[in-house]
Amino acid sequence: MRFNFESGVPIYLQVARQIEDAVLSGAFPEETQVPSTTEISVTYQINPATVLKGMSLLTDQGILYKKRGVGMFVARGGAEKILHQRKKDFYDGYIIRLLEEAQKLHLSKEDVVRMIEEGQTDE
Amino acid sequence: MNNSIQVKDLTVQFGHFTALEKINVTFGENRIYGLLGRNGAGKSTLLSAVNNRLFPNEGEVIIDGERGMENDNAQGKIYYMGEKNIYPDGTSVKQLLRWSRDFYPNFNMEYACQLAERFQLNQKKKLKSLSTGYLTIAKLIGALASGAPYTFFDEPVLGLDANHRELFYQELIRQYSEFPRTIVISTHLIEEVSDIIEQVVIIKDGRILLDRPVEEVKQMGYMVSGKAADVDAYCAGRQTIGEDQLGNLKRACLLGQPEEVPASLDISAMDLQKLFVQLTNA
Repeated sequence: MRFNFESGVPIYLQVARQIEDAVLSGAFPEETQVPSTTEISVTYQINPATVLKGMSLLTDQGILYKKRGVGMFVARGGAEKILHQRKKDFYDGYIIRLLEEAQKLHLSKEDVVRMIEEGQTDE
Repeated sequence: MNNSIQVKDLTVQFGHFTALEKINVTFGENRIYGLLGRNGAGKSTLLSAVNNRLFPNEGEVIIDGERGMENDNAQGKIYYMGEKNIYPDGTSVKQLLRWSRDFYPNFNMEYACQLAERFQLNQKKKLKSLSTGYLTIAKLIGALASGAPYTFFDEPVLGLDANHRELFYQELIRQYSEFPRTIVISTHLIEEVSDIIEQVVIIKDGRILLDRPVEEVKQMGYMVSGKAADVDAYCAGRQTIGEDQLGNLKRACLLGQPEEVPASLDISAMDLQKLFVQLTNA
């Protein structure tokens, strides 16, 4: 996990995002336990209430669930839920911004398409 | 309000100098506060008054509903890790810890010894023979292990290297998670504590300038940068709290939320330290 303390994104959202990334990458598989609030707080030196707020966001969305007396677990279908939401966010977060930046740099639509194609073949 | 420390209309004068002027602030149960201010703003004076180490000219301190001054029961709930060395010459680290244990019923000596080992602090050493960093470490071990419901840290990382600072912050959070308590940290290293604290209290010239949750404070302002003329045009009619210029490039700090910012300007978040600097300048 990584936190960018200067990005202006509230830390609890970053906590939620980082856990989501770990679920998506398979680092936290479904039906397995995620690190406790204390573990995350201590490791990244973040107030436990902030971490809890980030985790609550994910329980509200049904991505994590709580096993009484044990801890937090990744819900079945959690990764799918994240993926679905992320695809929606992709358009607002990346495509719109990409086009704005392209405009600043006087790049035409054709330039942008060409660059995307180039980027894909590079892989 | 029980289970809190309430500072009411506190005024402290040193001769003709007013160090604190009608201060009102509350330290609530099980929260972590950042007490920020420039040198000489009155942070240590406030902490000393709360801890009965000096007498205010006016006002009072209420600890869990009781008057705090000259009240051993109330003062026994507070551990103050101060800047000043209040221990007699020749006091060893071990004696400091024993003294803390005798005074604080929940003091955890086993934990204190573990910490001494992890910080590589030799308990046999006399306090006055310690370097700045190790004197700080000796005092903060006493505070971390105190078990006091109110723990005040005054410059807890003074002279500490990066590894020891990180160890301190981690132990602080671990202790707080396991045994919730009220913690007040007075520090100049603002960014290091900005994600640990919940509430920010800023003192300026002996008065409370700001007392708000840290998440709110971080949203209080933002910065825009770009060509000086564009920045000036945007800032007109808006509340600017600071600006700097590099040739024709200008950056301004504004209060409020960004609104209709032209594409020619870049917006960035204002971190706690930048906001603090702007608010307490001049």
